[in-house]
Amino acid sequence: MIFLPHDRTSQREAAQLVRNRIMPNSYDLVALAILAALIVLLAHGASAMRAPAAVLSAAPVTLDIANLPEYALRTTLRMFAAIIASLLFTFTVATLAAKSRRAEMVIIPALDILQSVPVLGFLTFTVTFFVGLFPGSQLGAECASIFAIFTAQAWNMAFSFYQSLRTVPRDLDEVSRGFGLSAWQRFWRLEAPFAAPGLVWNTMMSMSGGWFFVVASEAITVGNTTVQLPGIGSWLALAIDKQDFRAVGWAVLAMGILILLYDQLLFRPIVAWADKFRFEQTASQQKPRSWAYDVLRGARLVKILVAPFAWVWQRLMLVRLGRRRAAPAAANPTVSRLIDRLWLGFVLVIALWGAWTAVSYMHRTLGWSDVTEAFGGGLVTLVRVVVLIAIASLIWVPIGVWIGLRPAVAERVQPLAQFLAAFPANVLFPFAVLAIVATGANPSIWLSPLMVLGTQWYILFNVIAGASAFPADLKEAAAVFKLRSWSWWRYVILPGIFPYYVTGALTASGGSWNASIVAELASWGNTKLEAFGLGSYIARATEVGDFPRVVFGIAVMSFFVTLFNRTLWRPLYVFAERRMRLD
Amino acid sequence: MNEFVTAKVPLVDVSGVCQTYDKGNAGKLVVLDDVALTLHTAEIVGLLGRSGSGKSTLLRSIAGLIAPSKGKVTFEGAPVTGTPDGIAMVFQSFALFPWLTVLQNVELGLEARGVDAAERRKRALGAIDLIGLDGFESAYPKELSGGMRQRVGLARALVVHPKVLLMDEPFSALDVLTAETLRTDLLDLWCEGRMPIEAILMVTHNIEEAVLMCDRVLIFSSNPGRVIAEIKINLPQPRNRLDPAFRALVEDIYARMTARKADGAPARDGIFPGSGIAMTLPRVSTNLMAGLIEAVANAPYNGQADLPPLAASLQLEIDDLFPIAETLQLLRFAELAEGDIRLTPAGKRFAESDVDERKRLFAQQLATYVPLAAHIRRVLDERAGHKAPARRFRDELEDHMSGEYANQTVRAVTSWARYAELFAYDEQADLFTLEDP
Repeated sequence: MIFLPHDRTSQREAAQLVRNRIMPNSYDLVALAILAALIVLLAHGASAMRAPAAVLSAAPVTLDIANLPEYALRTTLRMFAAIIASLLFTFTVATLAAKSRRAEMVIIPALDILQSVPVLGFLTFTVTFFVGLFPGSQLGAECASIFAIFTAQAWNMAFSFYQSLRTVPRDLDEVSRGFGLSAWQRFWRLEAPFAAPGLVWNTMMSMSGGWFFVVASEAITVGNTTVQLPGIGSWLALAIDKQDFRAVGWAVLAMGILILLYDQLLFRPIVAWADKFRFEQTASQQKPRSWAYDVLRGARLVKILVAPFAWVWQRLMLVRLGRRRAAPAAANPTVSRLIDRLWLGFVLVIALWGAWTAVSYMHRTLGWSDVTEAFGGGLVTLVRVVVLIAIASLIWVPIGVWIGLRPAVAERVQPLAQFLAAFPANVLFPFAVLAIVATGANPSIWLSPLMVLGTQWYILFNVIAGASAFPADLKEAAAVFKLRSWSWWRYVILPGIFPYYVTGALTASGGSWNASIVAELASWGNTKLEAFGLGSYIARATEVGDFPRVVFGIAVMSFFVTLFNRTLWRPLYVFAERRMRLD
Repeated sequence: MNEFVTAKVPLVDVSGVCQTYDKGNAGKLVVLDDVALTLHTAEIVGLLGRSGSGKSTLLRSIAGLIAPSKGKVTFEGAPVTGTPDGIAMVFQSFALFPWLTVLQNVELGLEARGVDAAERRKRALGAIDLIGLDGFESAYPKELSGGMRQRVGLARALVVHPKVLLMDEPFSALDVLTAETLRTDLLDLWCEGRMPIEAILMVTHNIEEAVLMCDRVLIFSSNPGRVIAEIKINLPQPRNRLDPAFRALVEDIYARMTARKADGAPARDGIFPGSGIAMTLPRVSTNLMAGLIEAVANAPYNGQADLPPLAASLQLEIDDLFPIAETLQLLRFAELAEGDIRLTPAGKRFAESDVDERKRLFAQQLATYVPLAAHIRRVLDERAGHKAPARRFRDELEDHMSGEYANQTVRAVTSWARYAELFAYDEQADLFTLEDP
């Protein structure tokens, strides 16, 4: 449906509009060119993905600059495939969890645990599994890589969607039921739009985390199998192997351009579009803007191209899938409780069986020394995460506050902070490794900062957001009562940004655990640096294809992350919600 | 016009409807108790009562949004299962979809019925035109004022051509002027027969609104919700608020709503559900209580006020005014009877006192007449450390009422006790204490 802007008043503008109807406008040219380019690239990349595996060995990844754009494209396509898979997962699994109480009992705790499982650990199995699934085709390795990115993205998106579905406003729910919207109509008219802002934000966070994993998952060595998928990650792995410093620089540049393009062409338009789904009934103060979105909206040819899809969409909206829901009659409580018990019992049996299988599998090869090594390493990694987050907070909280309180500065720095958070830090690792090798510093200490290299920016940009949102009247009150230095920090700004800080630090610490797997074991050519920790334990086991140790390492790390979240971050979160909300 | 239509089959017939909610160990919470109601063609019926009287629940059972625990609801002779096509609803909160334009919002109900796009557009524009929204078709709800939003709500309900229009406090979220404009516009459309509807059933807690709009008013008691009176309003439309007959009707309804219980028990024991420490208390600010006492004590009322003019002059609706007045009654600062509020000697003393004396007086009344406050104070006095977790009292209350009510009651008593300095409360530790820092 196309609506003309309603604030059109003058004759001149009306005339302009009529002429625009016929003549393609300048927006059209830009938009069409970009769209055509995207379609061509998509087709090219997709056909390359299905190439037989032999192509990989016949034409291995080379450090030829001419190939870099192609590699960048392939990396991007992997990202998109993963995000589409994540969205499908979100729409189905989260919806199921929100609609069915019994599915919810299983799905929600499962998602909670999956969130804390180190993604990179998965690679070992998934490569073996997917390569077996598509023998002789590159698709197997592609799927493994995409799956790795998927596992880094899907959980928080599903969580966000589930929470939105559970908090659909009661009156809108009643309108929908009163008019007898079918389940299908209800989903697209009420539930999906209501969930959109949260989902878009979470997808953005997921994508920015995803670059890290796409780089880590393209070049994989599992035991004797080495797969190098054409992409920036493989380019980087090769550059490290060949000790080619210039090639690493090119990778950094390519990655930067890629993230910039992705941000400008995809994310900003989507955020600008999703603004209309915000539930607050007041007109927003500052609308998110995007030139790409304006171009798309301004282009009349684009509208003509989109019209058939809009028509199909309209038809689809009339489809009455699912019965009209009758008023929820009170179900027989005793029967329902009985089914609940049976279901819970069934889940419990499955879980016990799973635990037994896992333990007996690991028991065959693992000894007590593994237990002490993994848990000891876990403690060391835990200390690293805590210390590094503390140091990063000490540095970035004051800077973030300083920036956030100055809107003009914040406007410029905030996109930069978001860019840095999305930039895969593993691309920068070689520089650090080189420095450690050159100076002969202790890797157990100096490899650690790599863990927060990419994740510290979450702290920065959340603190900036918090300080920017700090109410002006409280700032003025603090100024009137002459609160200075420590008392200003203690009573005014720190409580004011606390909820934002907790969000940032939580994201940062989660990312750091994941990063430990690549940060604690780094190499440059033949030089290998290793820091003692759980991350290096998993990384070493992966390299030699020692599955039981990988499983065990992942389990221990999941345990640590879950414990850390439950005992520190969640209570802080609850505290921030209860005591420091400013609305 | 009611005489000759009553003989026909009623549009909506409700009989013996009960609505209860399970409270776990504490038994059942009865929201509606044996309610009967009929709605005939060509009448506007008002459901008048306070919050907690279950009138919105009744409206939702008629709309088919909830199934009553007991009893029968029929629409045009057929039992209501699911949401009948011939019934549409208007909401207090407007319930517009913020991501849809005015036009799309209005088209939504037609879309759900599978009406094709061209027909949808035609009918939606018709409804928008009828309700006076032309020019706003492409606006989003967040760009509109409250009054305009509710017009969208009305257009959306009318566009599906329902026989019965249900309205759940449709004007209570609007300011006084806007609400009045919307009421008159709606009544004009109704009287001129320009709306496709046959009857309106509206929930309200505004007595004047009910008398202004309805042909019949059903008065609900609260806890549990029952129909305690049915009043026919035979005044011709348009009605004049200043007409003595109109005023008399308003007066009469006020009197019925403040009447003592039929069994002759003093009203104050029955004002709030439950008894002793298990009485469910409303969260009424001490500022509002002091304000009302002062308003009644001062000229022109001088200690005794008629509720309708008092409510009008303070711009309070019954849902705001009654809880304050009844809390004053509970604390024996005032008496409510026959639509009047009268200050007790304690109330008069309170009005004349300074801050410290008021607090002392309030503490005294609180400790004497609110059993829960006295109970908490006694427990604190008996304990060596003069500390007690609030959790304990909430648990105690939850044996008698739902968790939500228990929480509300404890918070009400906490805020009163803080004002009276009867005892203190540490929110972070969730602890009642005797000494304040």
